[in-house]
Amino acid sequence: MSVERHSLEAPPELVARRRRGKVFQYLCLSATLVGVVTLVVLLADVLIDGVAWLTPTFFTEFPSRIPARAGIKSALYGTVWLMGLCALISFPLGVAAAVWLEEYAKKGWLQTVIQTNIANLAGVPSIVYGILGLAVFVRWMVPFTGGRSVISGALTISLLVLPILIIASQEAIRAVPGSIREASYGLGATKWQTVRHHVLPNAMPGILTGTILALSRAIGETAPLIMIGALTFIAFVPDGPRDQFTVLSIQIYNWASRPQPEFQHLAAAAIIVLLMLLLSMNALAIWLRNRHHREW
Amino acid sequence: MPTIRVSANGEAALETRDVRVRYGNNEAIKGITMEIPRKRVVALIGPSGCGKSTLLRCFNRMNDLVPSAAVTGEVLFHGENLYADHVDPVEVRRRIGMVFQKPNPFPKSIYDNVAFGPRLYGRPPDLDDIVERSLRQAALWDEVKDRMNDNALGLSGGQQQRLCIARALAVTPEILLMDEPASALDPIASAKIEELIQQLVEHYTIVIVTHNMQQAARVSHYTAYLYIGELIEYDDTNTIFTAPHEKHTEDYVTGRFG
Ligand SMILES: Nc1ncnc2c1ncn2[C@@H]1O[C@H](COP(=O)(O)OP(=O)(O)OP(=O)(O)O)[C@@H](O)[C@H]1O
Ligand SMILES: [Mg+2]
Repeated sequence: MSVERHSLEAPPELVARRRRGKVFQYLCLSATLVGVVTLVVLLADVLIDGVAWLTPTFFTEFPSRIPARAGIKSALYGTVWLMGLCALISFPLGVAAAVWLEEYAKKGWLQTVIQTNIANLAGVPSIVYGILGLAVFVRWMVPFTGGRSVISGALTISLLVLPILIIASQEAIRAVPGSIREASYGLGATKWQTVRHHVLPNAMPGILTGTILALSRAIGETAPLIMIGALTFIAFVPDGPRDQFTVLSIQIYNWASRPQPEFQHLAAAAIIVLLMLLLSMNALAIWLRNRHHREW
Repeated sequence: MPTIRVSANGEAALETRDVRVRYGNNEAIKGITMEIPRKRVVALIGPSGCGKSTLLRCFNRMNDLVPSAAVTGEVLFHGENLYADHVDPVEVRRRIGMVFQKPNPFPKSIYDNVAFGPRLYGRPPDLDDIVERSLRQAALWDEVKDRMNDNALGLSGGQQQRLCIARALAVTPEILLMDEPASALDPIASAKIEELIQQLVEHYTIVIVTHNMQQAARVSHYTAYLYIGELIEYDDTNTIFTAPHEKHTEDYVTGRFG
């Protein structure tokens, strides 16, 4: 008899190797589960607490000391005002900056310095932007902004989302193939004509997706807004950019920090509204991205 | 010394004088002097990486778009140096058109692709005519006349390339530069492009880069053989392929290397 093994069954040494592989696989799985399970429990908790309080009057009433009559009207209006202004301010600035960096700036030390700075700014804690906003927009530019106003908040939040928006727009612009630019220049188009007719239109779905995702990160920001003095209790909606305001996240913070259990339910209900806003923005972004997905 | 036996006799569409191109420290074109006769087809051949595309892109200042590229020497067009200070590269590219290796239509309608060039200079009232004429010249009109508003990306590769030719013709250039225009196409589509080149040469000067010897032999009047950035031989196409003066050329065209 030969001593050679002809069976393809795993030899003992391979069985041991396999076992170690399995252990690692389950470790990774449990790491994933920690995150997912926690999130699901939190969501379930919020839903159980808040769903019953999502009545029509919840959307049409101002905050009140009497929980049954309290609503998020001012916070909802404030959030929409803030996000709208923020989009109007940050979108043109961010896209223009990205176009300059990608299409116009000469590759060199200046461009590298600016690029590094933008990447770093994207990681600065939001409270720092709050301090900046307080000093610049609320105090220094008070004749223009009216102090603790919705425009001050929008400018502050714009600073916060700008780096993210610029980076996302740059990526979208970079994804436009060089062959399209060559074709355009080859026909005698100027740089502006090439950017205007080819680069921007083809990058726009990506830019819009990036903008929405950046804004959806900003919609839950609380710290910088508290810093610049958004009010925690107001019973009116802003009529213009220079009016005072509150937003959903501050309203939630305010309710959640009260002792009475009813206010906890109100906070949960407001969280649901905020999450719905956030999820629909993300859904819009995904839809935009898929609709315009193009194979070059 | 290179063997150059092509002279335009004062009828040059383009003339280069000691053109050199560097990419950083790498000299890709090492001093080329040649004349491109008017209303003729000139083929540039040579092994991969010898600088054919680089030389071609000197002829309409496309190398300006590559930040690392530096061009010295002169390229004369109607006696005017394309690289002189007062020359605007945008105007150069309108007068000297280019067709690229990979068809690169804009992701727009067929009509808008062809109309893009003319529209850059204003609002020509006869735009429809320009589009139709250009598509006819590119032998594409009959295939697309009923679907002018369809997206150009829906055309076949060969049709896309002819659309790119039509697009280049729509701005009425004097010279057409083609960088391996048929290399991404099947033999039938590529035969169509060759036929087209033979028709276009009645009105245009054409410089074509190709890797396909038979193609160069079929379509061109003159052929320039390049090797590592130098012009080795430039002569009648017939002479280059049947009785070249340089041993190096002969080795290349007979397929002994490259
Ligand atoms: N954008 C660039 N940056 C740096 N070097 C380049 C660039 N383009 C070309 N080169 C170099 O210049 C030389 C000539 O390249 P070129 O593309 O002109 O060759 P080619 O003859 O067209 O080759 P192929 O037949 O493969 O297209 C090569 O050594 C190449 O590596
Ligand atoms: Mg090439």
